[in-house]
Amino acid sequence: MTTVTMTVNGRPVSGQCEDRTLLVQFIRENLGLTGTHVGCDTSQCGACVVHVDGKAVKSCTMLVAQAHGSTVVTIEGLASGGELHPVQAAFREHHGLQCGFCTPGMIMSATDMISRHGGKLDEKTVRAELEGNICRCTGYHNIVKAILSAAETMHGARQAAE
Amino acid sequence: MGIEGIGARVVRKEDKRFITGKGRFTDDMVVPGMKHAHFVRSQHAHARIVSIDTSAAEAMPGVIGILNGKQLTEDGIGNIICGWMIHSKDGSPMNMGAWRPLATDTVRYVGDAILVVVADSKAQARDAAEAVIIEFETLPVVTSAVKALEAGSPQIHPEAKSNLIFDWGLGDEAAADAALAGAAHVTELNIVNNRLVPNAMEPRAALGVYDAAEDHYTVWTTSQNPHVARLVMSAFYNVAPENKLRVIAPDVGGGFGSKIYIYPEEIVCLWASKRTGVPVKWNGDRTEAFLTDAHGRDHVTTVRMGFDADNRIVGLKVDTVANLGAYMSLFSSATPTYLYATLLSGQYNIPAIYGNVRAVYTNTAPVDAYRGAGRPEATYVMERTMETAARELGVSPADLRRKNFIRSFPHQTPVIMCYDAGDFEASLNAAMEASDYQGFAARRAEAASRGKLRGIGMSCYIEACGIAPSAAVGSLGAGVGLWESAEVRVNAVGTIEVLTGSHSHGQGHETTFAQLVTERFGVPINNVSIVHGDTDKVQMGMGTYGSRSGAVGMSAIVKALDKVEAKAKKIAAHLLEADEGDIVIENGELKVAGTDKSVPWFQMALAAYTAHNLPSGMEPGLKEGAFYDPSNFTFPAGCYICEVEVDPDTGKTQVVQFVAADDFGKIINPMIVEGQVHGGVAQGIGQALLEGTVYDADSGQLLTASYMDYTMPRADDLPSFQVSTTETPCPSNPLGIKGCGEAGAIGSPPALINAITDAISTNNLSMPATPQKVWMALQAGK
Amino acid sequence: MYATTYHRASSIDDAVSKATGEAMYLSGGQTLIPTMKQRLAAPTDLIDVRHVASMKGIEVHGDTVHIGAATPHAEVATSASLRAVCPGLADLAAHIGDPHVRHMGTIGGSIANNDPAADYPSAMLALNATIVTNSRRIAADDYFTGMFETALEPGELVVAVEFTAPAKAGYGKFPNPASRYAISGVFVAKHKDGAVRVAVTGAGADGVFRHAGMEAALAASFTPDALSGISVDASNLMSDMHASAEYRANLVKVMARRAVAAAG
Repeated sequence: MTTVTMTVNGRPVSGQCEDRTLLVQFIRENLGLTGTHVGCDTSQCGACVVHVDGKAVKSCTMLVAQAHGSTVVTIEGLASGGELHPVQAAFREHHGLQCGFCTPGMIMSATDMISRHGGKLDEKTVRAELEGNICRCTGYHNIVKAILSAAETMHGARQAAE
Repeated sequence: MGIEGIGARVVRKEDKRFITGKGRFTDDMVVPGMKHAHFVRSQHAHARIVSIDTSAAEAMPGVIGILNGKQLTEDGIGNIICGWMIHSKDGSPMNMGAWRPLATDTVRYVGDAILVVVADSKAQARDAAEAVIIEFETLPVVTSAVKALEAGSPQIHPEAKSNLIFDWGLGDEAAADAALAGAAHVTELNIVNNRLVPNAMEPRAALGVYDAAEDHYTVWTTSQNPHVARLVMSAFYNVAPENKLRVIAPDVGGGFGSKIYIYPEEIVCLWASKRTGVPVKWNGDRTEAFLTDAHGRDHVTTVRMGFDADNRIVGLKVDTVANLGAYMSLFSSATPTYLYATLLSGQYNIPAIYGNVRAVYTNTAPVDAYRGAGRPEATYVMERTMETAARELGVSPADLRRKNFIRSFPHQTPVIMCYDAGDFEASLNAAMEASDYQGFAARRAEAASRGKLRGIGMSCYIEACGIAPSAAVGSLGAGVGLWESAEVRVNAVGTIEVLTGSHSHGQGHETTFAQLVTERFGVPINNVSIVHGDTDKVQMGMGTYGSRSGAVGMSAIVKALDKVEAKAKKIAAHLLEADEGDIVIENGELKVAGTDKSVPWFQMALAAYTAHNLPSGMEPGLKEGAFYDPSNFTFPAGCYICEVEVDPDTGKTQVVQFVAADDFGKIINPMIVEGQVHGGVAQGIGQALLEGTVYDADSGQLLTASYMDYTMPRADDLPSFQVSTTETPCPSNPLGIKGCGEAGAIGSPPALINAITDAISTNNLSMPATPQKVWMALQAGK
Repeated sequence: MYATTYHRASSIDDAVSKATGEAMYLSGGQTLIPTMKQRLAAPTDLIDVRHVASMKGIEVHGDTVHIGAATPHAEVATSASLRAVCPGLADLAAHIGDPHVRHMGTIGGSIANNDPAADYPSAMLALNATIVTNSRRIAADDYFTGMFETALEPGELVVAVEFTAPAKAGYGKFPNPASRYAISGVFVAKHKDGAVRVAVTGAGADGVFRHAGMEAALAASFTPDALSGISVDASNLMSDMHASAEYRANLVKVMARRAVAAAG
């Protein structure tokens, strides 16, 4: 057994679990944050993507012990003060989700992608950067649209603030 | 059309919970005392179980119980059923081998469940499962349906006489033979429709809870049709009587057909909960999904299409061998028969058609309906053949199709279907225009200058959905009726709840169904709630598959709304001292037409419940239910045009343009309909280009059992799609809608293969057209 | 996953001292964790080296490049100092796995595992890199000894890789459509002394290998067309359901041409 402490969605948390516990299990089962999903066993579908220390990672491919002392953000922590994150809003506006199962991972990946590329995203880049996220419902068409739209919104907002 | 009514691009009501991580899927459910199940499955494709030793496993930490198939039999749990009887040409019923939820004597495919381990944690259940010792005597294996029919092949079910489940025919064989004999040209093709794994992103899961005090059972399950699950579990599997069994399908992460069926796991979880006295949850992993979700397609077909000297089709003969896997799944028999051969007329006037289908057992996962179910297979046969025929006849693919289009409706085909409406030329023209078909030659030349081989291909599909009517499907062997139910409850404050037997697992019913109500009564869409997916809330329903929720499910809602409207108008007329025939509903008010007299919707509703001032003899309240049984299938149709570029050095195909022009009749929410087409087309491109299911022929091991080896379409495999619609309203339902859920998957594979074969100048290319396969075809052509 | 015990190492010495018995080093874990989830690996102990400061980061001094073993692919892909002297390696790193994998997976983990379809081994061979461990320095030519096999002794830890920046280098990769691992990846490097090294991953039946014929041809003329007359022997290549040896042989040649073109 190991004791882990970390900050999740701005809140310090700790827990006791077996060393073999994956980060996604800790998030879902210990913390009850069930928005992070598991869709495959081979680290490919991306339904489990969360941010650890500011970077998108697959929480099914990381032991919770590896994240000890880290800052974690899950889909539940993205909206602030009841206000949807621009990426969340764009997914809704552009019908970027159908069954909703891959959606949390998609959104966490998209926010990471936009923060890395700033306003310089184009369709080809978005499609290439979605390699680690599989959706079976949407054919990605509206996901790509939503991410490009959110990138533009966020970049515009940043420029306006500068 | 209002901003929230029929035809509006209303943003989805259900989205907020999914984008904020608050969706509630089966694996998210937690109940007090809940324990975890792990299934011990067969590693062999065909073997006799000699002995099972669980003694070491039972002593492992956290183990609560290890249950087997003999105990299941002792408790009277029945065989898994196939719900559609098909009779062979000789009149004999199909050969059914028994499918036990937990195998007792013989295992017949890799993944066949044998035991369930229940333990405190998932990891402990799996640890214990590894300590179980099972001795097998392996048996010879066959994975190919064609081989399984050969003399001397391993017999998969001793009680089923042979591996041939049925030998079924549809149409007039003598007429088709005569027509082909007299044809000026016959195009002949051998076609394989590749086996697919559905891969809904949410793996299947079940949580079974037995309440001993109430002798009551609850199961949360990843189902597209919880009421059918309850009916079948109760009537056939004897898990629990219907009044003691609650089935809940909460948020479900995609289905595509694979979650229609009632699988061993949900039966076993419920039964195990009673046996062990604890709630039992099973959450499948992706490997289990690959091994045990019902697969799709897997046909081997020979087709012969005859033309007269004027290039008109005179006859068609199709011979298909369909692989149904190791056991017959719920609708497995209907998929390659009545959902397949009935579409062999395509969009064309064909005077003589005969389709023969032999369904076969093999040592592979059960095969059943997957997005499109039979219709993609039929469309692929028709549209590969038409394109090939055009090349052989030296005419343009579009002209050959135009010449043979059905142009007057209703049109009775020789294979049961009566097409009620359509305009095939309109969608062909729309697609050709959108794709700049005329400009293709220039694009091909430009691609050649970059060293790329560019090709164009089309597909004109028709499908039948909104499967119905009940009496008709009953006469063809269906074990269920295919109506739908709805109940509309107007609350005392005028808000409205609609209970539906349809189930949404991505289709957006919470929005589109509400749009319908908003359109009728003018109430804001946020005042309308859609309730589904729980047998304790909705009395009965047939669920969502076969693109039926719009055409059938919404039609049931319309019927219930008609009744609500009639009563509401009576109440309003009474309150306004007017004639009921003069009452109109506009902008949330009931008005006396041509006057300024009105009563707001909510006041009428309140009056219904206070019952202080109702017409004499009227019952209080405002709640109506309806069952709708359609009078015909609906027939969505359209034209897809695909352009590809092949890299001759590597054989890699890039889809550079994909145009869809569909006729779905009336559309409730274009945004959602477009999304359905995008997803369907992506699955069709997946089938044509990427997704191949490979079993090792000797061992029966599934070689493509993870995303490491099974190619799921990813964002960079696909282009953005150009989607448009034409409209001929469906005459057989009150809304004029046809269904859009499967069309993309049905129409797209032949368009893509026609494009690649155009690019590389061959007629001989099988799906999936992987880089290696295309490269080899190019080498063969050198 | 079988039960295991997690240890977080604070230094190289600390990591090595903990690595006893059936322990394994854990870096980004992007291969090891999935393998353990499938119960195909069962280390009793995991020694996490991702937090060892001396094993992280990229340093470029003149022509000499030093990359700490625990440096994630994303950092290799985006390092301006590396890109200035060897953009080919940065490009290679930018196409390993997906963005999430690149945030966690490390160069040391990749070469310690020596997956026959991994990208880095080809670059290490072609760049004539030195693999630095806790106890010695190993030339890449001596380090990769076969499929999933290396010259590492039990308990030996890769702490860095070093190489001299080449005049030109490029990578051509044809990914498996499903896994996106290379079914053929070719790294070409033209060194400042004029020598050319060509290393192939994803294709060899015995793991990563150098191709002498292509090296000679490119030494004579470092252009894609110089490879036109070269034939790749299919007999030593892998064959599986995704790609036959014959198809791989073709891809090796095509990817080599593209690598040369990418090298500029």
